[in-house]
Amino acid sequence: MAINQDTVLRVAHLARLQVTDQDCAELSTRLSDILAMVDELQQADVSDAAPMAHPLDVQQPQREDKITETDIRDLVMPLAPAAENGCYLVPRVIE
Amino acid sequence: MSLHDKTLKQLRDGLQQGEFSSRELTQHFLSRIASHDSALNAFITVTAEQALAQADAADKARAENSAGVLGGIPIAHKDIFCTQGVRTSCASKMLDNFISPYDATVVTRLKQAGVVTLGKTNMDEFAMGSSNETSFYGPVKNPWDTQRVPGGSSGGSAAAVAARLAPAATGTDTGGSIRQPAALCGITGLKPTYGIVSRWGMIAFASSLDQAGPMARTAEDCALLLQSMVGPDEKDSTCLNRKVDDYLSGLNKDIAGLTIGLPEEFFPKDLDGRIAESTQAAVRELEKQGAKVVSISLPSVKLSVPAYYVIAPAEASSNLSRFDGVRFGYRCKDPVDLMDLYKRSRSEGFGEEVKRRILVGTYALSHGYYDAYYLKAQKVRRLIRDDFARAFEKVDVIAGPTSPELAFNLGAKKDDPVTMYMADVFTIAVNLAGLPALSMPAGFIEGLPVGVQLIGNYFREDQLLNVAHRYQQATDWHQQSPVFGGDK
Repeated sequence: MAINQDTVLRVAHLARLQVTDQDCAELSTRLSDILAMVDELQQADVSDAAPMAHPLDVQQPQREDKITETDIRDLVMPLAPAAENGCYLVPRVIE
Repeated sequence: MSLHDKTLKQLRDGLQQGEFSSRELTQHFLSRIASHDSALNAFITVTAEQALAQADAADKARAENSAGVLGGIPIAHKDIFCTQGVRTSCASKMLDNFISPYDATVVTRLKQAGVVTLGKTNMDEFAMGSSNETSFYGPVKNPWDTQRVPGGSSGGSAAAVAARLAPAATGTDTGGSIRQPAALCGITGLKPTYGIVSRWGMIAFASSLDQAGPMARTAEDCALLLQSMVGPDEKDSTCLNRKVDDYLSGLNKDIAGLTIGLPEEFFPKDLDGRIAESTQAAVRELEKQGAKVVSISLPSVKLSVPAYYVIAPAEASSNLSRFDGVRFGYRCKDPVDLMDLYKRSRSEGFGEEVKRRILVGTYALSHGYYDAYYLKAQKVRRLIRDDFARAFEKVDVIAGPTSPELAFNLGAKKDDPVTMYMADVFTIAVNLAGLPALSMPAGFIEGLPVGVQLIGNYFREDQLLNVAHRYQQATDWHQQSPVFGGDK
């Protein structure tokens, strides 16, 4: 399936990526190439196959509902590009 | 024999017998990295100071009879594993400034075994690539010919081990990222059964496929390293709660009577005849040791590349959504609003291939396409697994070429993603099925290494390592070392 430039822009917005007009044409070609390869999947007869998410079909293990993690705020806050008083800083979202 | 020509096992024995100290050994490898890595670019970060401190601690532990099983042996970690206090970049501008506050479980386990960490190896950005050319830190060069790629994504680990800059290294394999570079660099690399090695602290690419494994020169060394990497981990809910197998005691077992399956799909008409012949020659050697060979068919394997390029990008698009310029990693300058912060941080922080895969994945998961792509790919994944299950009713091990081609020239495929994706045509099905597989050196063509892939049934790493070890007892391909930078 070919993917046109409008679709590239729509998907890029969903993925929170900025795509310039210049990149858009190139991306449209590249993504169409990839999707053309992927479209070979459509020939497969999967009528009897259940979707497979984990190779060994294991169940999610359960554990006791108790707190096991300690407070790591002091460890992770310094990693933030912008933080103040224990809060992450972002551009104003409420006028 | 120089220290750097010794295997992990020989180094372990030498340390035990006091032939050399961990400090001497560690200093030796640090010196080799300092004098040779500029020609290869295999390392992103060298942790010389920490390595020497760890080496001294290992020597002290040895003197006190409390050394771990790999006590004092220096290794390298792929830069996808979080290492406390050390930059963990995943070869991305996005994480160029990221100093991990914790160790990955694999790193912790190997530390407990006593290893010394020489540094962090180069890789394709976020493990997305088959040539190591997508790294923010520049491509890795293949030590057998520095005009060529080492394969990817664990290209730095493969090149470092092949060039004797480290006796062994960790890698990760989502679609072939341990096996393909191992083949192209002439070393041995194992991708374990999905779920036997914890993924905690391993930066996620495609969570249902990612698996960490050992990369070393011999199967025996891979067994040594794997033994200290596996085991249940409550921090990774996909890590299996089962007892740890013994990978070392069965290495020498007789392989007479073992059945090897050769899938016709792994020997397509357009396969390089020289690679087919090297593979057949390796199989003949195993036959000489008493193995039986049968032809098999894995009809759905032809759909593994398309299924992979839906599932892996879909999972990647979700996993990489955490990089938002807010909590850690790269942040763009002077964002005008929150959307601008997200979009520019991500667009400036990620490289081209990573962005392409995020877009493919987002598209495959978007409204109206989920059933046609993602669900369909997950169903095809089951067909592929069922093919293998049928094959393993008849055979013990499946063999074929690891890679359809030799190490290619740097830049040869850079602008053509789909051609690049075909580099993993023989390795991807294994990840989709969750099976263990290894690549071992099986010859040279025009001075470049060829690898043979052995695929085993679930949890039969012991058998794969046994077969590879027996092969390596009868051949010396794995002992060849590249000449580069004026040094052997």
